[in-house]
Amino acid sequence: MSATFMGMPAFPEAARAATGDAQLRHNLRKATRTIRDKRAAVVEELDDWAGLRAAGAAIKNRTLRHLDTYLERLEEAVTAAGGTVHWAADAAEANAVVTDLVRATGHDEVVKVKSMATQEIELNEALAEAGITAYETDLAELIVQLGDDTPSHILVPAIHRNRSEIREIFRAKMAEWGVPAPDGLTDDPRALAEAARTHLREKFLTTRVAVSGANFAVADTGTMVVLESEGNGRMCLTLPETLISVVGIEKIVPTWADLEVFLQLLPRSSTGERMNPYTSTWTGVTPGDGPQEFHLVLLDNGRTDTLADQVGRQALRCIRCSACLNICPVYERTGGHAYGSVYPGPIGAILTPQLRGTASEIDASLPYASSLCGACYEVCPVAIDIPEVLVHLRERVTEGGGHAAERTAMAAAGWVLEDRRRLTLAQRAAAKARGLVPRRLPGPGAAWTDTRDVPDIPAESFRDQWRRRESGAPGRNERKKRGGRR
Amino acid sequence: MSASREHVLARVRAALADVPRDEKPEDVTVPDDYARSHDQGEPIGLLVDRLEDYKAVVHRVGAADLPAAVASAMAWRNTHRVVVPADLPADWTSQTATRTVAGDELDIDELDAVDGVITGCAVAIAETGTIVLDGGAGQGRRAVTLIPDYHLCVVRADQVVAGVPEAVARLDPRRPLTWISGPSATSDIELDRVEGVHGPRTLEVIIVE
Repeated sequence: MSATFMGMPAFPEAARAATGDAQLRHNLRKATRTIRDKRAAVVEELDDWAGLRAAGAAIKNRTLRHLDTYLERLEEAVTAAGGTVHWAADAAEANAVVTDLVRATGHDEVVKVKSMATQEIELNEALAEAGITAYETDLAELIVQLGDDTPSHILVPAIHRNRSEIREIFRAKMAEWGVPAPDGLTDDPRALAEAARTHLREKFLTTRVAVSGANFAVADTGTMVVLESEGNGRMCLTLPETLISVVGIEKIVPTWADLEVFLQLLPRSSTGERMNPYTSTWTGVTPGDGPQEFHLVLLDNGRTDTLADQVGRQALRCIRCSACLNICPVYERTGGHAYGSVYPGPIGAILTPQLRGTASEIDASLPYASSLCGACYEVCPVAIDIPEVLVHLRERVTEGGGHAAERTAMAAAGWVLEDRRRLTLAQRAAAKARGLVPRRLPGPGAAWTDTRDVPDIPAESFRDQWRRRESGAPGRNERKKRGGRR
Repeated sequence: MSASREHVLARVRAALADVPRDEKPEDVTVPDDYARSHDQGEPIGLLVDRLEDYKAVVHRVGAADLPAAVASAMAWRNTHRVVVPADLPADWTSQTATRTVAGDELDIDELDAVDGVITGCAVAIAETGTIVLDGGAGQGRRAVTLIPDYHLCVVRADQVVAGVPEAVARLDPRRPLTWISGPSATSDIELDRVEGVHGPRTLEVIIVE
């Protein structure tokens, strides 16, 4: 991935472009609806889902409230099992650690298992600068990498691409990276998957260093857990000589037994399957089986800042299932790129501004990238109250001088609302002018209407209507059928 | 390196200033009223149903019929040479005409050249249709079940548990584990499910009762 998120426009601007893309909206609508229907069906199968969800949330809360204890325990267990633990305070440090580890092997190529953490720190770009080529091996990540693109969904990163686009990417780019696409490649998903298999097989069988993340890291045993579907994960985790795993410090679960909860919650919430095709677990190194050198890089990169916020802390419970993306009416229309981060959708809207801070325009706009409908909270398998955190972060953005136009508007609204007479006059004035209100507001109000239609202004305020009914007089609504602007 | 360690740990501790000093991890209660299994049917029948849902081929046989079932599967797949772990029970392959080679010494390219692999397993989970390999008896190292395109797995009835919690309790996390739920699959292209990308494209299971 050479594309970066530098200079990303704020969410409303990016969303406007995305919602105008009919193909993108069609792809997203189909994909998100399909996954959420599947999810609902398999969640329905478990009559103890509420209990599992409560347990998942509680286990993660326990971990987060005692994270220092569990980090030390994990380090001890991994070391005892023959692994080496490294610590990285930020992206630059993590990238430097991984680069040095790869250099020490004497190789200049690595195969990669899909990992959000390594995307977050832009590891591939850092390795490229050091002359090391990183090959993404998840099919969707391969599509993104070959297309010089960025992922737009946590689970299916190339959700924004359709089959004919994928075929064109394979035909144009595969040869630059290794085994070329076969002649006469069609856009049949089966043929495309076969082309990816052939292209990547050479990499799996010859590359000696792999980089992964982990879905879970078990503190008491030092066990790493990776869930996947294609087998590319198994290839990377077992065939190379050296395995380097970059894992966010929030990925810990205290005990091996805790996995009984998460291995039920994650697949059902994520792909809508009872279980994903492959799950690999490993503890340090096993003589005669798999990599004989294992390095765990524990990554902070803003996580401790998030941990320090007592309301926002719950975002660190996230197990990256993407159920909140698939249910979100905003994500469904804008897609993932508009969020300007590797974590899109509702969870991205609360996680990214906490990991990166709210200084940039895009990060300050993310807590507003929501209708606050609460659907994301309903589907979250670890019960993260995303709306609560969104509102909390809006407060932080406003206090921090984030949205100037909004503060001005709020001050004006406050002046009107605090006095009943002013409000009545304003409402009557608005009712008279209702036919003149444009779909998109001019001036400072434009930002607001960039992502919303101006609501219809009622012909009569509630107070006026109430007063009239009490007096028995016919109202404007009865005299004349109300005409909408649209 | 250790400077970063102390730095990160110090930041974690500072971030948790609101947590009372005498609070222990166990003080954060975890509700455990979820089910150990879900009463979704007789486990073996359920396992078959789930495996078939993943497009795996499933057979149920009595113990005496296992060698014949293995031979029949090998013939049906037209295999000539398959890998087996060195400690696979010899009678499993006693009736097949397919040549078996011990997988423990084969390198990656050699594994890539065989027609398939036959293994046992450690545990199977009925509710999720999952087979777990732990590198124990009759399973070999992880590469033997990964590189060949066809995997025939033998599951004994006493290895079948109903739900995920029972499986987690039976397994030893110190062993490298591979949980398999159907053949390799991807849904990355317009969410159309395609079976078989990198792992074995065909999973066949014989359940021995």
